[in-house]
Amino acid sequence: MTTPEQPIVKERAPARASDSDTNTLPSTSKLNAKNINFFYGSFQALHDISMDIQSNKITSFIGPSGCGKSTFLRTMNRMNEALRNTRVEGDLLLDGENLLGMDVTYVRRRVGMVFQKSNPFPKSIFDNVAYGLRVNGITKKSIVEESVEKSLTRAALWTEVKDKLHKPASALSGGQQQRLCIARALAVEPEVLLLDEPCSALDPIATLKIEELLFQIKDMTTIVIVTHNMQQAARLADYTGFFLLGKLIEFDDTRKIFQNPNKKETEDYVTGRFG
Amino acid sequence: MASSSYITDILRRPPERTFLGRLKAGDEISYLTTLACAASILLIVGLIVAELWTKSQPTVQTFGWKFLSTSTWNPNSDQYGALPFIYGTCVTSAVALIISIPLGVGAAIFLAEMAPPRLSNMLTFLIELLAAVPSVIYGLLGIFILVPLIREYLVPALRNTFGYLPIFEGPFYGVSMLSAGLVLAVMVVPFIVSVSREVLLAVPTDQREAALALGATKWETTWDIVLPNASTGILGSVFLALARALGETMAVTMVIGNTPKIAASLFAPGYSIAAVIANEFAEANGKLYISSLIFLGLVLFGLTIVINAVARILILMTTRKAA
Repeated sequence: MTTPEQPIVKERAPARASDSDTNTLPSTSKLNAKNINFFYGSFQALHDISMDIQSNKITSFIGPSGCGKSTFLRTMNRMNEALRNTRVEGDLLLDGENLLGMDVTYVRRRVGMVFQKSNPFPKSIFDNVAYGLRVNGITKKSIVEESVEKSLTRAALWTEVKDKLHKPASALSGGQQQRLCIARALAVEPEVLLLDEPCSALDPIATLKIEELLFQIKDMTTIVIVTHNMQQAARLADYTGFFLLGKLIEFDDTRKIFQNPNKKETEDYVTGRFG
Repeated sequence: MASSSYITDILRRPPERTFLGRLKAGDEISYLTTLACAASILLIVGLIVAELWTKSQPTVQTFGWKFLSTSTWNPNSDQYGALPFIYGTCVTSAVALIISIPLGVGAAIFLAEMAPPRLSNMLTFLIELLAAVPSVIYGLLGIFILVPLIREYLVPALRNTFGYLPIFEGPFYGVSMLSAGLVLAVMVVPFIVSVSREVLLAVPTDQREAALALGATKWETTWDIVLPNASTGILGSVFLALARALGETMAVTMVIGNTPKIAASLFAPGYSIAAVIANEFAEANGKLYISSLIFLGLVLFGLTIVINAVARILILMTTRKAA
């Protein structure tokens, strides 16, 4: 199943180099899901999901609670493996290579994640951002310091915390903590960044800051975001997938999903007639 | 206007101000009752201290502070000094903690982080059963099983590897501070395991996931993130264990040797405060003898309070640094 796919990716490889320059060139697939089925025990949470996630784009997943969008997001860095009694079927290709067969820590270094509730470690701001580097063997002080500053800058937090890097992270506000978690994830320079409803506990101003920073970092990483907020999906995403009851109902350009969806269920949901 | 019904009749009735009515509803009465419960506990502690203090006055007047720093314990010449007992209590408890902390925390990590939940629950139940075994049984097991094993294997091994250290010098007769420390270690380990496991399980899952998502392995997550999150609670379990070790009487007196001497070697017999009180109270005659034993009780009480206070301060300091 995986071998015939690899040549296709290689053919597209030259296009990817210039892809970040402009949006008009054909985009390339970064993550490729093929017939993903997922089970919690005997309950099937995902049914036969296939999709292409484009490199250096923002892809959003929308849908009602319990429809499988977070579960699918968490299969992409194999976070579900931390739960007991779960099983995944199908292929998930990261640059053409099946990540379900890779070393799991290697996958997670390449595919980072930000969670719904900000979860800084009970350490200093600096140590929070540096943890991902240190745990992966990068301990040289100058390099770590440089990377911490770079990551905090990208997460639009540097100016706010540069004078209190060694204060505990718990002293930050909710929005700052979530940006800290984004900085922490960015420090290991992931190729894909997964965000699981990152703004659901934040006020509109903090949300706006995070949306802005996601736009900023789009050129260095591929972003996949789960959101309950449809305006957010419409504002942010290049592509949007609509999930319902563990199935991917429709996956297309965000504009198409919100303005002219193909499926009745999608239209009902995005216009608020659902339920 | 709402029509009157059975329910509205009851709900609209003005509150009864009788004693019974207030008892049934009563905020003030529940406040006073629970306050009385809390106060009575403090009262009991206060009474214990006061009683120990008054009954130990003869010793306080005869020896003063020197009671704590002299090591003669001779009822025949009416000379009493508490130092060998304080020493024995502290040394055996220290040995117990040095062994039981790594053992207990290691087991708790396995049970909370590694083992499948069903196995974890089963093992935890078994380990908690250990806490319910009467201490006299531990004493018997200590004399008949642990001491021969120590003599056969542990003592030669320690002599061969660390024989140059003064703490592993001299002959080993079986009953010793080392034996007492080991028996205590077995006795307190269930406390460390069950409390530490609960604390580890209470660490939020999102902390683990955050570390895993950065490419940390399961062990790195446990060591770097989960343990620091749980450190306060684990420290608490250690002090619970320490309190138990300091006050343990029966098992210790069966294996410690009951010799009021201060020896550097763990192989030498010793004596603990709780053991000497239990052993000598029945045949103590003479005012000074009895009052010295009572004062020893006060010393043990004080030792426990001091150690607990130190523990609280330690916990406060570590949490303030982290939070």
